[in-house]
Amino acid sequence: MKAVGLILAGGNSRKMHELTSKRAVAAMPIAGSYRAIDFALSNMSNSHVQKVAVLTQFNSRSLNEHLNSSKWWDFGRKQGGLYVFSPTITVENGYWYRGTADAIFQNLDFLKGCHEPYVIVTSGDAIYKMDYNKILEYHLEKKADITVVCKDLEPGEDATRFGTVHMNENYRIDDFEEKPMVAKSCTISTGIYIIRRRLLIDLVERCVEEDRYDFVNDILIRYKNLKKMYGYKIKSYWSNISTVEDYYHTNMDFLKPEVRNYFFNEYPKIYSKVSDLPPAKYNPGSAVKNSLVGSGTIINGTVENSILFKKTFVGNNCVIKNSIILNDVYLGDNTYIENCIVESRGTIRANTRYVGEDGVKVVIEKNERYAL
Amino acid sequence: MIKKEMIAMLLAGGQGSRLGVLTAKVAKPAVAFGGKYRIIDFPLSNCINSGVDTVGVLTQYQPLRLNTHIGIGIPWDLDRNVGGVTILPPYEKSTSSEWYTGTANAIYQNMNYMESFHPDYVLILSGDHIYKMDYEVMLDFHKANHADVTIAAMPVPMEEASRFGIVVTDTESRIQNFEEKPAKPSSNLASMGIYIFSWPVLRESLIALSRQENCDFGKHIIPYCHGLGKRMFAYEYNGYWKDVGTLSSYWEANMELIDIIPEFNLYEEFWKIYTNSENLPPQYISEQSVVERSLISNSCEIYGEVRNSVLGAGVTVGKGSIVRDSIIMRGVTIGNNCVIDRAIIAEDTNIGDDVVIGIGGEVENKEKPQVYSGGLVTIGENSVIPSSVKIGKNTAISGVTAVKDYKDGILAGGEILIKAGDRI
Repeated sequence: MKAVGLILAGGNSRKMHELTSKRAVAAMPIAGSYRAIDFALSNMSNSHVQKVAVLTQFNSRSLNEHLNSSKWWDFGRKQGGLYVFSPTITVENGYWYRGTADAIFQNLDFLKGCHEPYVIVTSGDAIYKMDYNKILEYHLEKKADITVVCKDLEPGEDATRFGTVHMNENYRIDDFEEKPMVAKSCTISTGIYIIRRRLLIDLVERCVEEDRYDFVNDILIRYKNLKKMYGYKIKSYWSNISTVEDYYHTNMDFLKPEVRNYFFNEYPKIYSKVSDLPPAKYNPGSAVKNSLVGSGTIINGTVENSILFKKTFVGNNCVIKNSIILNDVYLGDNTYIENCIVESRGTIRANTRYVGEDGVKVVIEKNERYAL
Repeated sequence: MIKKEMIAMLLAGGQGSRLGVLTAKVAKPAVAFGGKYRIIDFPLSNCINSGVDTVGVLTQYQPLRLNTHIGIGIPWDLDRNVGGVTILPPYEKSTSSEWYTGTANAIYQNMNYMESFHPDYVLILSGDHIYKMDYEVMLDFHKANHADVTIAAMPVPMEEASRFGIVVTDTESRIQNFEEKPAKPSSNLASMGIYIFSWPVLRESLIALSRQENCDFGKHIIPYCHGLGKRMFAYEYNGYWKDVGTLSSYWEANMELIDIIPEFNLYEEFWKIYTNSENLPPQYISEQSVVERSLISNSCEIYGEVRNSVLGAGVTVGKGSIVRDSIIMRGVTIGNNCVIDRAIIAEDTNIGDDVVIGIGGEVENKEKPQVYSGGLVTIGENSVIPSSVKIGKNTAISGVTAVKDYKDGILAGGEILIKAGDRI
């Protein structure tokens, strides 16, 4: 592969509310067995990108824990590897990452030391499958300076949360707006870019020199007329988790057969850190319908249209509907949960009732597990 | 110099012919157990949990599955700079070349491997039991008694004692006598086939008996040591221990895992059992499904009904199908509207639609009544069962079968249908 990978996983999203109070968005659990960053990492690995750097900052401990070994994604070979870069104080620099461009700037030595001519930039909080080689081919064919992977939103979807782009008939991007007040286009940037390594180094250095630190605003938008930027449209599944609703719906998408089939059965596979957990156990009284169940789970109650992550314990006579139960949650007997996201490692006392009345409710309970 | 206090030698070369078609293409230790595990995971996990990080695995019969499963030992943290897991197959020598002719002979042929670690003690294990045991505690017992040989033994009901090798001990646990399957047992302590030898004693015995044909621990080495008056002790073990040597006991042991609080609990944080866990998506249970009293592994897709069963990874159960009291191993596909009762179905088998397994009364198996019994239907790996056939009890099937192999669409109880592999 002629490219190195950069995964931007440092950001926080205030719209994720309490869900990111202990983890980075890129470390959010997805679909019962995965974390958000697994998708970008697996795509890198499956595209034979050998050298990948993950830039972390906000709540980076959670990500570091997940990335404790590079072997899960088949990195960690003698050539290349998985690098995790958190902000660090050096002689020249005492700042946190002041923006995405600054994050790249502070780790410019990594890019300068590479020999691969191209860089794939992606975010750690998008759920998608992609062969980056195809984008790179397109990038070369168009003789582009920067290729931006784009997607058309479904009619009715709100584009103002994203960067919107407009392309001419040759797919050259002639307009690019970040989170516009009024969206002029329903084509959005997915935050996946391909750029020549030397050019990226150049742009980032110039950008920081001018005290500008954001990759989208200060590089893509600022240079959109100066550099040849092309859009590459995808039609396949792509979802970005930046709000609680997004997160909920992205997970629930996996209950649809076509989404499940696309990610779980079709080549190539998505990898994640393997945990040594026994199979899920269904005890007498369990009634599970249309749900995904992670390993190590023990079920004694009713579960409908829900996603149970690993090591969930569902007590007797529990009812769980349209909910997401994150890793290692204990639900006491007779609990009723509907329309909720239950935060991981939570312990819910018996006879508790939580219902998300208007929209999804995030439940965080930190009871002592063994004093129930 | 490399030095390990205790190394383990794990005997995994046996065929396990009483598991019938399940071991037609794999060694018994590589047979799936409890959904995602294989039998050898239990002794291997015991080793690493006990702090034994050097394990020689002796293979002989059909080792491919075993070799790929163990690899370099990553799942058990046995990929070490020094020691770790080593697969030890029989090999050619300049003067003689022989297979492993017995358990002790296999160990004898790997003298160089053991010597390279300069061990003080050698732990001998077999790869066909389901249990959790701290070998370090057993070693402490061995040391405290200044023993030459320690044999792990467990109490069994007196009426069953005549099926086992029995050790007779004095009040200090020192072994006075051995009785192999005695008609009138004088003790109920059964040997579990787990031994700790002080290295010089093992080495000397193996060399002394090197010309013994089919040299076996139970039959030759232990009696030889006893005859020399070595200090031999019985280490009493009282936990869960299950020999899964027969189809019935294998089926039973799997079913015991389903109990609400099983005696052998895989869900405890302490003493985890490790296995070669693949990177797999979660399981999906559909709108129409009923799943009760079952263990279901990752990436299964259930559209039918599953009761009292253990399912390996990636099993698909079609719409309207009912699976009861069965063990379904990884990658099996079951079509729509099937009824499956008391079956053991090995890896990657494909079952068509409208198949009924386990019909009729119990008829003794015609060829191998001692293997295929207990009313079970056993189907070997990579088999194909065509749609709309019916299969009776105490039967075995292996290979790609077609409708014409079933007389009137029925395989009567007690029949064996083998289309691939050896007739075992």
